Amino acid sequence: MLSIKNLQAKIGEKQILNGINLEVKPGEVHAIMGPNGSGKSTLASVLAGREEFEVTGGTADFLGKDLLEMAPEDRAREGVFLAFQYPVEIPGVSTINFMKTAVNQIREYRGQQPLDAVSFLGVMKEKMKLVEIDQSLLNRSLNEGFSGGEKKRNEIFQMAMLEPKLAILDETDSGLDIDALKIVANGVNKLRNKSNAVVVVTHYQRLLDYIVPDFVHVLYKGKIVKSGTKDLALELEAKGYDWIKDEVTVA
Amino acid sequence: MSAVATEKNITADLASVIEKNIASLPSQMQKRKEALDAFKKIGLPLNKSEEYKFTPVTRFLERNFDLSVSTQPGKLNPAPYFIDGLDASVLVFINGVYSPAHSAIKSPGITVSTLQDALLNNNSTALKYFGTLADVNADAFTAWNTASWSDGVFVHIPKNVVAEKPILLYHIHDAQAQVISHSRNLILVEKSSEVTILEKFDSAGSANHFSTVVTEAVVEENAGLNFYSIQNDSGARHQVGLIQVQQANHSRVNTFTFSLDGKLIRNNLHLTLDGEGIESHMYGLYLLGKDTLADNHTVADHRKPNSFSNELYKGIMDESSRGVFNGKIYVRPDAQKTNAFQANRNILLTDKATVNTKPQLEIWADDVKCSHGCTSGQLDEEALFYLQTRGISKETAQAMMLYAFAGEVLESVKDPVIKAYLDQVISERLHKNF
Repeated sequence: MLSIKNLQAKIGEKQILNGINLEVKPGEVHAIMGPNGSGKSTLASVLAGREEFEVTGGTADFLGKDLLEMAPEDRAREGVFLAFQYPVEIPGVSTINFMKTAVNQIREYRGQQPLDAVSFLGVMKEKMKLVEIDQSLLNRSLNEGFSGGEKKRNEIFQMAMLEPKLAILDETDSGLDIDALKIVANGVNKLRNKSNAVVVVTHYQRLLDYIVPDFVHVLYKGKIVKSGTKDLALELEAKGYDWIKDEVTVA
Repeated sequence: MSAVATEKNITADLASVIEKNIASLPSQMQKRKEALDAFKKIGLPLNKSEEYKFTPVTRFLERNFDLSVSTQPGKLNPAPYFIDGLDASVLVFINGVYSPAHSAIKSPGITVSTLQDALLNNNSTALKYFGTLADVNADAFTAWNTASWSDGVFVHIPKNVVAEKPILLYHIHDAQAQVISHSRNLILVEKSSEVTILEKFDSAGSANHFSTVVTEAVVEENAGLNFYSIQNDSGARHQVGLIQVQQANHSRVNTFTFSLDGKLIRNNLHLTLDGEGIESHMYGLYLLGKDTLADNHTVADHRKPNSFSNELYKGIMDESSRGVFNGKIYVRPDAQKTNAFQANRNILLTDKATVNTKPQLEIWADDVKCSHGCTSGQLDEEALFYLQTRGISKETAQAMMLYAFAGEVLESVKDPVIKAYLDQVISERLHKNF
């Protein structure tokens, strides 16, 4: 589904990604871990289409199409969803209006009929229950006055509404207490199926107790330096990242 | 001819035109002559004028108008410019002249008439208050208006009356040929009474047209005034307006200024909070495109303790348009416990659009709460990106954010019909397709 080959990217003069290789197939959960500054969020940003980052080499294909050529809205319409680490507040734009516009623009792109107000509300209610988010949050302006946990739950709610093929969760667990974490993870797990995939970018192993990965990759200085199963995450948790850094330097 | 000589000449030229026309104008001859003297003394604002620094009205007058040409009476059908669905008194002025055929005054229990009628019939209230608030020595356009006004509305709400129906003033220019008009309004809202007044400016035709509009309003104890000004004239409208309001204890004034189109608009809004327990709000929204210049100069003058004023003006400048804002807050020595707030937020959509914004707080009391905030910038890129990552096109994302930005001012409009009308105009302008 997602095929990244030798991806390199920089921001301004600073080279951050130095050749990422990653294959994600439908039904899989990949975790990307690494110390601060390793390029985890950059990878997520580049895949989502942030303009500040310049791709200097390599490719990223999604369902056989060149992802890097597409505008951010088209990547979303093709089925890529980025759950932000710091979801922005947009006062004056109601969550419901925003969601309806997004859903219908994606449906239009896919040749489907737009949802009318009644159908849309029906879908919304269904998904709200699924990810345990309260109606009161949705009546307000997008993320305005939301706590950290509420913002992250709103990200997962959007994911439920948009039904992406590939979800990239950018440090979704940062700033969450254990209860909020469980709710978020629960939501993600309920949305998983054989045809979609999830890439979890995280600094801490804790989330991976709940969203269990098939593959764990360690990112260090813009490269994936080690891959393994979920046990690798446990090893990192126990030993920290210095162990990996030493291994890499020796190599 | 040197530049200075030309500028001196325009004041002198205009003064002689005013003088020539004065004899044919109705009523208040003494005040007209005094105003003309004041006009000659002050002169039209020149390049160095602080108050008109970014708004070269005089230069536009020089270039776009022949001041020696008189304005013809106009003839047009005003219906396309009306706001539908309002059960209201309607007064239509075409080229500054009252058009009874198109007007309909519904005023049970209150007095609504043209100002000409009121003064010619020696209405004591009109005679008492006319010309007492707008200072001809403060601004040349006020002086010009006081010397040259043709007509306008006189509204008198007696004690304890809530005027149910709003009063709509449609000022329309028949601009097949150049038009210069001067409108004058006088409003008295007595103790514990309320009224809503809306003025709307439009035109037909492509010639340049200029108007001065001066409104004096006295709002007595515990009374309320809602005043809307809708400036969406797609023709070559040049306008300088003054709304001068005097407020007594516990009164409430809400003004709503929507500047959506025109060539050059200058709005002067002056609230004198001369009492305690007053609550006043000044709202403004300017959505500008082409090469429109819209300038809002406001004053909140707190003279007594314990009063509250809040000002929110927001602007979106597109293409080569120019926005100007200057918000003065005066807190006099006796005005302790004043709460005065001001916010001016601007978004520039292109490299050519500009905005000049200046808060100006002059505070002489020492136990007050005042704040101001003027910002200008582009749309939040992070927010636009966020919307795009949800599949929303950049154009729609931009429209959503601009509509949300303007929405804060629209939210403040109380009347549902007026709000719906403005929502429709604003949505179209911002290409709202969601």
